[in-house]
Amino acid sequence: QAKYKERGTVLAEDQLAQMSKQLDMFKTNLEEFASKHKQEIRKNPEFRVQFQDMCATIGVDPLASGKGFWSEMLGVGDFYYELGVQIIEVCLALKHRNGGLITLEELHQQVLKGRGKFAQDVSQDDLLRAIKKLKVLGNGFGIIPVGGTYLIQSVPAELNMDHTVVLQLAEKKGFVTISEIKSSLKWETERAKQVLEHLLKEGMAWLDEQAPEEPQYWLPALFTELYSQEITPEEAKEAIP
Amino acid sequence: VKFGSGVLLLSTHRLIWRDQKNHECCIAVPLSQIVFIEEQAAGIGKSAKIVVHLHPASSNKEPGPFQSSKYSYIKLSFKEHGQIEFYRRLSEEITQRRWESMPTGQAMQVKKDTQTGRIRAVGIVGIERKLEEKRKETDKNISEAFEDLSKLMEKAKEMVELSKSIANKIKEKQGDITEDETIRFKSYLLSMGIANPVTRETYGSGTQYHMQLAKQLAGMLQTPLEERGGIMSLTEVYCLVNRARGLELLSPEDLVNACKMLESLKLPIRLRIFDSGVMVIELQSHNEEEMVASALETVSEKGSLTADEFAKLVGMSVLLAKERLLLAEKMGHLCRDDSVEGLRFYPNLFLTQS
Repeated sequence: QAKYKERGTVLAEDQLAQMSKQLDMFKTNLEEFASKHKQEIRKNPEFRVQFQDMCATIGVDPLASGKGFWSEMLGVGDFYYELGVQIIEVCLALKHRNGGLITLEELHQQVLKGRGKFAQDVSQDDLLRAIKKLKVLGNGFGIIPVGGTYLIQSVPAELNMDHTVVLQLAEKKGFVTISEIKSSLKWETERAKQVLEHLLKEGMAWLDEQAPEEPQYWLPALFTELYSQEITPEEAKEAIP
Repeated sequence: VKFGSGVLLLSTHRLIWRDQKNHECCIAVPLSQIVFIEEQAAGIGKSAKIVVHLHPASSNKEPGPFQSSKYSYIKLSFKEHGQIEFYRRLSEEITQRRWESMPTGQAMQVKKDTQTGRIRAVGIVGIERKLEEKRKETDKNISEAFEDLSKLMEKAKEMVELSKSIANKIKEKQGDITEDETIRFKSYLLSMGIANPVTRETYGSGTQYHMQLAKQLAGMLQTPLEERGGIMSLTEVYCLVNRARGLELLSPEDLVNACKMLESLKLPIRLRIFDSGVMVIELQSHNEEEMVASALETVSEKGSLTADEFAKLVGMSVLLAKERLLLAEKMGHLCRDDSVEGLRFYPNLFLTQS
């Protein structure tokens, strides 16, 4: 039996040696690929998407570590990690306005503004991938599908299915009322109230009690007027010391 | 013809340009008039452009800045950014041709000009041929890139299979693989970006790289931490470190994995995870529980405080201010008043007054 065990260990060591050799070969292949197509990845967002999807299919995460081959040789890492920094800064600067919820569109606009005229263009897909990576930092980053787009959460507020569904309902007009929730979702008043109060407390919703028929709960994240507003110097200071 | 700076809007039926300064000035092109669009990448001194090739104007064309032009295309110059996204959306609209199925709001006659289709100016045919050639060339480049990518992925897949096999062996024979070999294996996984299926408590999912990184961080964060009252959120650290590096940035996972090793390496800073999931780095000398005592004093002085107010008063980020107040509450020193106006904290009089 001891011999059996021994043999098992040797096999694993063999495989480790084999992996080391294959790794070196792979590194060379990747270098070759990079020399031919690095620019393509840099300039072509569709190609980036294809690349990421193929990696995901085979079980490889090219963005897991800056020390990974993919990042080192293709430069994909720096692109997304820097984008992560820019996303964090925009979200922090605008948090007091929208409670930590922002549409993907507005985030995209503000990030592009921050990057300046001569920086490489980024797509919404790029933003989503960067955000998925940021989740691990524990700051509450999340992606909520609403309408045809996404709301990006950047604070550790707990948003469960009920909250998400109400956000999706509010996305159409930018606001929602208790009656709408009751008729669309068939909820009792109490449940609707709880959800709306939670959003109010978190600063993600604002209450308009002077609306004609009944109080309206607005989501500042969806105010289109805010899209064109610049981030003020005070807000920028709040972002990162 | 030059129109200076403005905003470009895309609807399901038209491409509209509005002058940024003079809002009255607005021109539009129906999408049905577009033959083909192509991108021109930005260069030094040149901005990224989209060239929109148009059908010759039909006889019932709406009045516009020019009745006719010797050019059969217009160039949209993206001086700042947005070219990639706009090109994608415009391509989608042209492919979907939604204007054919959807009626327009106004009583605008959108005649299907089949006649105009046949009577084409020679210029357009020549342009189309050139574009077709260029498209084939680009397609060839892209397909070559995809081919190379597919081959590369095949090889990567082999590595993934191999690593799974090794991981299984390690799992079955715990203790028969040396620590050294496990460390080597983990670094191979790191290089390839393969998730680590082996969790050894000694190092967590960290590798040699993360150990080195942890030591670097301890050195790098000493002063910033002291400047910020001994505590920083992990997102702050991520931004600070990567801004300082400029190149060869850390991934979020690199940072987390390195921080998880701080304690075991007995470094002067440590990772702390609050109940809310918020992660912070603290100086070893920092004692959050002691800070709670001074927070209690501050709140008592003011009667009551919200996280925002406390943050402004003390000069902390709102995120960390909230965590400190929550901790104080957990320890029994503060009570909360949770209303729609926000979360407000009061000294816990139940505790202090008998």
